[in-house]
Amino acid sequence: MVDIRSDASAAIPPAEVEDVELYHPRSWWTKYVFSQDAKIIAIQYSMTAIAIGMVALVLSWLMRLQLGFPGTFDFIDADHYYQFITMHGMIMVIYLLTALFLGGFGNYLIPLMVGARDMVFPYANMLSYWLYLLAVLVLAAGFFAPGGPTGAGWTLYPPQAILSGTPGGKDWGILLMLSSLILFIIGFTMGGLNYVVTVLQGRARGMTLMRMPLTIWGIFTATIMALLAFPALFVAAVMMLFDRLLGTSFFMPAIVEMGEQLKQGGGSPILFQHLFWFFGHPEVYIVALPAFGIVSDLISTHARKNIFGYRMMVWAIVIIGALSFIVWAHHMYVSGMNPKFGFFFATTTLIIAVPTAIKVYNWVLTLWRGDIHLSLPMLFALAFIVTFVNGGLTGLFLGNVVVDVPLSDTMFVVAHFHMVMGVAPIMVIFGAIYHWYPKVTGRMLNEAMGQIHFWVTFLGAYLIFFPMHYLGLLGIPRRYHDLGEAAFVPESAHTLNAFISVMALTVGAAQILFLFNLVWSLKKGREAGGNPWRATTLEWQTPQTPPAHGNWGKELPVVYRWAYDYSVPGAAEDFIPQNQPGLGGPTREAAS
Amino acid sequence: MAVVLILVIVAVGSVVFHLFSPWWWTPIASNWNYIDNTIIITFWITGFVFVAVVLFVAYCVLRFRHRPGNRAAYEPENKKLEVWLASVTSIGVAAMLAPGLFVWHQFVTVPPGTTEVEVVGQQWLWSFRLPGADGKLGTSDTRAIGDGNALGVNPNDTNGLDDLIIEGGELHLLVGKPVKMLLRSVDVLHDFYVPEFRAKMDMIPGMETYFWFTPTRTGTFEVLCAELCGTGHPQMRGTVVVDNEADYQTWLQEQQTFTQLLAARQEQTTIASSTSSSK
Amino acid sequence: MSVMLLFLAAIAAIIIWWMAQQRLTSRPWLEVGRLGQPGGGERSQIPPAKIGLYVFLGVVGALFSLFISAYLMRVGTPDWWSTPIPRLLWLNTAMLIVSSAAMQWAKTEAERGRDDTMRTALLAALATAILFLTGQVFAWRELTEAGYVLADNPANSFFYVITGMHGLHILGGLVALGRTTVKAWSAPASRSLRLSVDLCAVYWHFMLAVWLILFALFAGWANDFADLCRQLLT
Ligand code: HEM
Ligand SMILES: [Cu+2]
Ligand SMILES: [Cu+2]
Repeated sequence: MVDIRSDASAAIPPAEVEDVELYHPRSWWTKYVFSQDAKIIAIQYSMTAIAIGMVALVLSWLMRLQLGFPGTFDFIDADHYYQFITMHGMIMVIYLLTALFLGGFGNYLIPLMVGARDMVFPYANMLSYWLYLLAVLVLAAGFFAPGGPTGAGWTLYPPQAILSGTPGGKDWGILLMLSSLILFIIGFTMGGLNYVVTVLQGRARGMTLMRMPLTIWGIFTATIMALLAFPALFVAAVMMLFDRLLGTSFFMPAIVEMGEQLKQGGGSPILFQHLFWFFGHPEVYIVALPAFGIVSDLISTHARKNIFGYRMMVWAIVIIGALSFIVWAHHMYVSGMNPKFGFFFATTTLIIAVPTAIKVYNWVLTLWRGDIHLSLPMLFALAFIVTFVNGGLTGLFLGNVVVDVPLSDTMFVVAHFHMVMGVAPIMVIFGAIYHWYPKVTGRMLNEAMGQIHFWVTFLGAYLIFFPMHYLGLLGIPRRYHDLGEAAFVPESAHTLNAFISVMALTVGAAQILFLFNLVWSLKKGREAGGNPWRATTLEWQTPQTPPAHGNWGKELPVVYRWAYDYSVPGAAEDFIPQNQPGLGGPTREAAS
Repeated sequence: MAVVLILVIVAVGSVVFHLFSPWWWTPIASNWNYIDNTIIITFWITGFVFVAVVLFVAYCVLRFRHRPGNRAAYEPENKKLEVWLASVTSIGVAAMLAPGLFVWHQFVTVPPGTTEVEVVGQQWLWSFRLPGADGKLGTSDTRAIGDGNALGVNPNDTNGLDDLIIEGGELHLLVGKPVKMLLRSVDVLHDFYVPEFRAKMDMIPGMETYFWFTPTRTGTFEVLCAELCGTGHPQMRGTVVVDNEADYQTWLQEQQTFTQLLAARQEQTTIASSTSSSK
Repeated sequence: MSVMLLFLAAIAAIIIWWMAQQRLTSRPWLEVGRLGQPGGGERSQIPPAKIGLYVFLGVVGALFSLFISAYLMRVGTPDWWSTPIPRLLWLNTAMLIVSSAAMQWAKTEAERGRDDTMRTALLAALATAILFLTGQVFAWRELTEAGYVLADNPANSFFYVITGMHGLHILGGLVALGRTTVKAWSAPASRSLRLSVDLCAVYWHFMLAVWLILFALFAGWANDFADLCRQLLT
């Protein structure tokens, strides 16, 4: 091993490790409810996100029941169906995935993985969670409000979103949705400042940027993107609230609604779409980048091999993050915007494919000549690779402007984005939960239940969404409550729809088993010990498991190496923790 | 090795499904087989990558799965391999993008000698307007919509007086004649979509959008709305009939002009008011 | 979206500049051992709160850039009649400039350890900022009374929404500044107080800059720029 800087740094006087003034909970309430400890906040975020995510899951069953067996379930009429897809889509994307990756995993892992005691602004961190909870409650209130939740589709396109032809358009639905989003964004900003500044300023000694695990890189970059992208949604939401409540015409052109001339006029629906997708596209990567980062660590740890091409992986994350701000209009190829934009946005979109592909190559090359343990996190990581590659490749269809023309707004799109930003990141979430649950609770999740959960979820989800592409190719539009009679649709397509619905219910059932496992293993799971996966990163090196308040005992860890020292030649073990100076074991002297 | 087997089944099964599934695009009825060809190219390239990656993963799992005493190789990076892979990827991406942009250029460039047809969307109905004898469409304005003028044709524009108006009825097109669809909406977003034509475009209140195509075979086709427009979205259907010359002319003769419509409306209202006043 | 893209380009430049110092091309697997100071010598010595504020200002900047982008996409449509600029706005602008200057003064005094003048300066900043906000409300009233109401015209709508958003940010800043001022008057200046004053000053300068840009926009000085953007984008 080349130890280039150790001599030089020996001369540097030990810098004073400034201990952050740690907040100390005084009562049960401030310890478990109004806690400022990032780990508790992380658990609160995760449980809330999973709870509201279950609502979205149930909604997806109802939608699939309607699509698979149209006319069988009377209570799912068109209004309800549109309310279901809207709430399902919005919850899944924002209140589940964004909140879980950044608020959940971000809060838990950032301080631990960079070797800090806590986030830098614990109070704002706590507020962030409570605002998120409030946002969730306001959103869920839509179900009980007069007129029900909004049915405008998760894109909330005006003018339709605020007119009476859409459920919730002239009632409470859209107001609650927009208010909830505004609350979420304010709350997220508070949390996001924490994640960014903690990575910048809270790192332990020796934790250079290039020694950070890719999980942190992913979450860090995604947070910066979210901080810059969410304001676009904020602006759009504020302006739409004005249009709806105060009669302004930001987005409202001259309209004859059900035979009546509206007062408003001159506004531009396309303006909203630009704002929405300026947020919406980065949002895809806000979900994807943490998943990229986490899965890199899962693969590396469970294949006992350093992540292949670490530097490339870091650069790719940063480049993808930057590029994703100049591709937004690929969601608007057939929106009626100036068609010349198509050339530019198709080109930028397909350019993004290159760094993304490099990431995929590096994941599979990490497996090459590894020592692959087929543990549950590894299985989910493999499932991620399969589904992400599948979904990413269909993205090349939709990004290539002219190919998008026949496919946009069909079930092909639904299949594509579910595969790439639904199934794939969820695979990572499951893998990550199986991976870090032992650290959070001290116990392993049950393996048998986990195996069933894995196989049903992976294969089931693939069987739901892979054939669905072909329904889109056939020409079946998305957001159709009931396809009804259509000459170009063969009878067999209805059979396929029924099959997809059955698979959706099966996959849903497997999630209940997973939730049961989460609870069951709390008490009955096998004791895990501090580092059951024999991993290198700092969170596995805490003195206690689960980590105590303040994470580290008296002294903060000092970092001596990067996060991927697996199977280093000459080392005693097949992993060397980041805070271990030498190679460890008897060979230590010989090698250094 | 269940994992390996299943990965192989996923890769091979997807290809088999692709080749043998009965669900494929509808027989094309427009000149946009260029688009179909681009999709085929994309399917080949992406399909190859998908199968290659999944099979590679399967092989790795088979070959390098943990056995007691195994130790992974130590290889932080391999510049040459990475550069090589990045280059091949870039070439593949370019191979898809180039034809795509080329066809897109055709898609947005309307050839000269194209006839214009206007489609107007409203919740949840399609209406159409064809230029009259003068071959020109009159201007229109959502604010002009009112009694007898459901499409908001500008009554002061002489070009518009002879326009043919089809409210909620069928649209007929002439086979082999390029047509530019001018798209307009009076309330919310809609999207004029005929699967057999491959083309589609959103319709936006307050502005006019377009696409063009040449119908290549006669027949009756279903119009779907492809942009969520409220509760009635899936019911918003219409019909396009592609005719040969003779049928088209017959149909054209049966349509009413804007002036005729206004006159008919006037008559109705006078009858209505006279009956009500005589009561 | 042109203004937003310009803003992002600026942010990207900052990020690139910062990343350039982070040895992103190093090969971490070869560098075992201690690296420099905490954070490997790459952690800056700026207090976290200040970094946090800068990041937050990035978010606020994005917010206003997006509002301005939306404004520029809508400006000049046929139904657009510019809203006149009430005379009062000039006075308000002056107030905000004074407020910002007073903050700067407070900051310098705090650094020099002259607590008394710092307190006066803080009070001055607080008072002028409150005057600014009150002035804004009066300007609104003046406009509404002259018949330029919110929903009549997109120019009015944008004017009210954007100035309102700016006002809310000043209001939020006032809460922080108010707390700092109270602290300054109740105890001798500490390190944390000096930091608070510093942070308030940064925020104040930033909000002043935002205001000047908005003012230029509403006064129509930005129209040439708007035309340019439109030519580029349509
Ligand atoms: C097994 C799990 C899931 C099933 C069965 C499912 C099913 C569905 C169905 C049937 C639709 C409506 C399609 C249509 O009529 O247009 C839909 C829409 C959607 N889903 Fe899922 N979904 C699942 C998971 C997810 C996940 C994890 C995400 C997170 C990204 C997600 C995001 C969305 C979005 C964004 C929409 C679009 C809503 C809209 O059109 O406005 N779904 N899903
Ligand atoms: Cu996108
Ligand atoms: Cu529709």
